[in-house]
Amino acid sequence: MKVSMRVNGVDHEHDVEPRTLLVQHLRENLRLTGTHVGCDTSQCGACTIHVNGEAVKACTMFAIQADGAEITTIEGLATNGELHPMQKAFWENHGLQCGYCTPGMIMASVDMLKNNPNPTEEEIRHGLEGNFCRCTGYHNIVKSVKAAAESMQGGA
Amino acid sequence: MYPAEFDYVKVSSLEEAISLKQQGDENSILAGGHSLIPAMKLRLSTPKKLIDISGLNQYKNISNNGSHISIGALCTHKQCAESDVIQQNCPALSDAASVIGDPHVRNKGTIGGALAHSDPQADYPGAILALNATMVVKGSSGGRTIAADDYFTGLWETALGEGELLTEIRIPVNPMNANSCYVKFPQPASRYPYVGCGVALSSSGGNCSDIRVGFSGVGEWAFRDAGIENALKGQALNSSSIAAAAEKAAEGKAVLSDHFVSEEYRRAMSKVFAKRAITKVS
Repeated sequence: MKVSMRVNGVDHEHDVEPRTLLVQHLRENLRLTGTHVGCDTSQCGACTIHVNGEAVKACTMFAIQADGAEITTIEGLATNGELHPMQKAFWENHGLQCGYCTPGMIMASVDMLKNNPNPTEEEIRHGLEGNFCRCTGYHNIVKSVKAAAESMQGGA
Repeated sequence: MYPAEFDYVKVSSLEEAISLKQQGDENSILAGGHSLIPAMKLRLSTPKKLIDISGLNQYKNISNNGSHISIGALCTHKQCAESDVIQQNCPALSDAASVIGDPHVRNKGTIGGALAHSDPQADYPGAILALNATMVVKGSSGGRTIAADDYFTGLWETALGEGELLTEIRIPVNPMNANSCYVKFPQPASRYPYVGCGVALSSSGGNCSDIRVGFSGVGEWAFRDAGIENALKGQALNSSSIAAAAEKAAEGKAVLSDHFVSEEYRRAMSKVFAKRAITKVS
């Protein structure tokens, strides 16, 4: 089936089998391998992307469901070579260890701040309930999100 | 994981969805997909055709019709959790919606999908039973309504007939439903409830005049708990009467046991969470 979507500002049209998962389509057809597959059971959040502006687990959606959608992946966050404030904050606060969960963590955190620009630590931890870090590096992830919220509030 | 092959149709009307569904019971309705797609990936479900109803925008609204709150079947868990109308008139439902899965799951999953799937570990059913909700369903021969008490009929089984679609959930507007809550003991990774307890309660002069209690996650399907209800109705509301009523939790019911939580522990936690829920609305 034909499926077209705008990914990180670029239009793509492909012929896919209906059973193609969105994450598989992004990684294998569009070669956007920044979005990871972790558990593949909608629990770990490594595959979190934005579909029409909302955080979604790309392993639990078929590519055909995203026909006509506007999609942002981790590759689309930076603008003109300038890291997104969330990416900067993860870098500066050592918000990643092995890095496997990081794209999902960052996409989830960006969506969280859109709904709640100034979250408390508890709200950040609840907001990241759908994202697992198997290095258990949560402390610095929470610190990173807090720092990003502060820098984004400051008009950065 | 790859699901088995299927055909895909995105419909533009409910009638089209009903007619496709009736062409074969191997055809499945796709809304948010957050129950169906995981089941398809495990090949527990192998539909021949997926009928995508996500474009039917008229089923995405929440409104107060005076006598009842009307919730379109395609409302997401996020919508149900954040709706002022639901929070004010039937907080048990927004409580339940706000603790389903995680934020990303709540962005996609729908109330109609969850209730049609009727997972024994789903959150909504306990709240729906406590709130005395009505399911509005449509089929080729027209529409009908099903009371929450008659809706959950077995493990992944509901009173929905073949070729029937759940289109709307109605919650009566009354002081009892406005004084309701849902509390949950979640599995820490999957977020499914080991125990989920919905309670709606009305009182007068410090006495419990009426109470409805629904449990999710405890049995093979959601159930109302008459033991607790009868123990508290007409009684003065205080910590000892609430504790005594909560002791009746799941009495005489078959209780699930799995490798995380034994039957004995789940039974004990049902009492604890019933007590917390009743205390919260007393």
